[in-house]
Amino acid sequence: MAIKLHGQPWSNNTVRAMAVLNEKGLDYELCPVDLRAGGHKKPEFLALNAFGQIPVFQDGDGSVFESRAITRYVATRYKETGTDLLSASSAALETWLQVEGSQFNPPMFRIIFELGIKPLIGMSTNMSVVENESDKIGTVLDVYEAHLAKNKYLAGDEFTLADLNHMPEIYILSKSAKFDLIDSRPHLKAWWEDISARPAWEKTAVSLPF
Amino acid sequence: MASVTVYGTPLSPAVSRVLACLFEKDVDFKLAPVDMAKGQHKSPDFLKLQPFGQVPAFQDELTTVFESRAICKYICNKYPEKGNQTLMGGRDGGLLAQTSVDQWLEAEGQSFNPPSSALVFQLAFAPMFGFKQDPAAIEQNEAKLANVLDVYDRRLGESKFLAGDDFTLADLAHLPNGHILVSKNEDLFMSRKNVGRWWVEISARPAWKKVVEMQNAPLG
Repeated sequence: MAIKLHGQPWSNNTVRAMAVLNEKGLDYELCPVDLRAGGHKKPEFLALNAFGQIPVFQDGDGSVFESRAITRYVATRYKETGTDLLSASSAALETWLQVEGSQFNPPMFRIIFELGIKPLIGMSTNMSVVENESDKIGTVLDVYEAHLAKNKYLAGDEFTLADLNHMPEIYILSKSAKFDLIDSRPHLKAWWEDISARPAWEKTAVSLPF
Repeated sequence: MASVTVYGTPLSPAVSRVLACLFEKDVDFKLAPVDMAKGQHKSPDFLKLQPFGQVPAFQDELTTVFESRAICKYICNKYPEKGNQTLMGGRDGGLLAQTSVDQWLEAEGQSFNPPSSALVFQLAFAPMFGFKQDPAAIEQNEAKLANVLDVYDRRLGESKFLAGDDFTLADLAHLPNGHILVSKNEDLFMSRKNVGRWWVEISARPAWKKVVEMQNAPLG
């Protein structure tokens, strides 16, 4: 069975899965889930993800939900194909994978949801959420800046899944008025320019509505 | 002589998550206190271990790791032969089993953790540290958590543990907040038949009981 990815290209979590599939040079079918029509609450979808959330990944071996479990699965299952995204010490890789999910994503998602996603799905932006979260995320980004001053990539010398998992949200931010959060920090900026210039990322980006 | 040091207090949910994993894996460790009241977690020495200034920090000889779930995965990767052999993927141990653990560990981190941590703060830490409770926050987070626990209840009706037939990191990750929440409002978990069954089982594990003993130990 071919790879199917159930989701939407305006969803940062879906984009995370698209990014890893493109890094691996894997063909897949993007199966749109019509959230407005309640597609995520239908029994067939809930059978794949009882939380009723996108994305869901399916291949011949099974199905996976939670975008970071999906990217981990693809990186591991297809380790020998394309770039090895797990080429770092366990300590560094596990740490920065988790930092993305726990420290970076919560405030960053709130910003890009308001600025980048809501306009695409017919909702209005709440600027006070954007301002609050932009203030709070500064201390987190300062840690990244100091870390990237000493490390080429988050987990060491090579591009890994830890870097990739950050890309959807930063990309959406780059299309907004708040990109100075990254742009004003020289090492973060250089890191973003490097990783977003990867051909696989460019392939992902051109297919997105942002 | 333990090569592992955990920095922080067992009363911190994130620290206790790591301690539970170390006890499950039978890995010896030293617990180094961090005096947060005196701001030790923001000291230059501590920031070298954990640049966000949070507990736990973790050191295994010269290797540092932070983020409690990352530390748990590191421990399982580094000590595959010790203690509990199925924390990262059950008896099968193959990629699909591992992926199921990852999936439910992500569900814990992304869906269970935010509302449960907010409730832990409101119900346990706010009164402890003299902050005013916020009834609206309690209500909103209880509602969010109820939705998550409904999904868990269906899952645990089909599966003994979250990721499959064996207790894994995915279940373990819930112990710290679960323990505090059940002590404040047992109904949340126990009113759901399968969640209740699962909770009784995972909280009775000897490794978790050792963590609770550490939490209850008198100071000094």
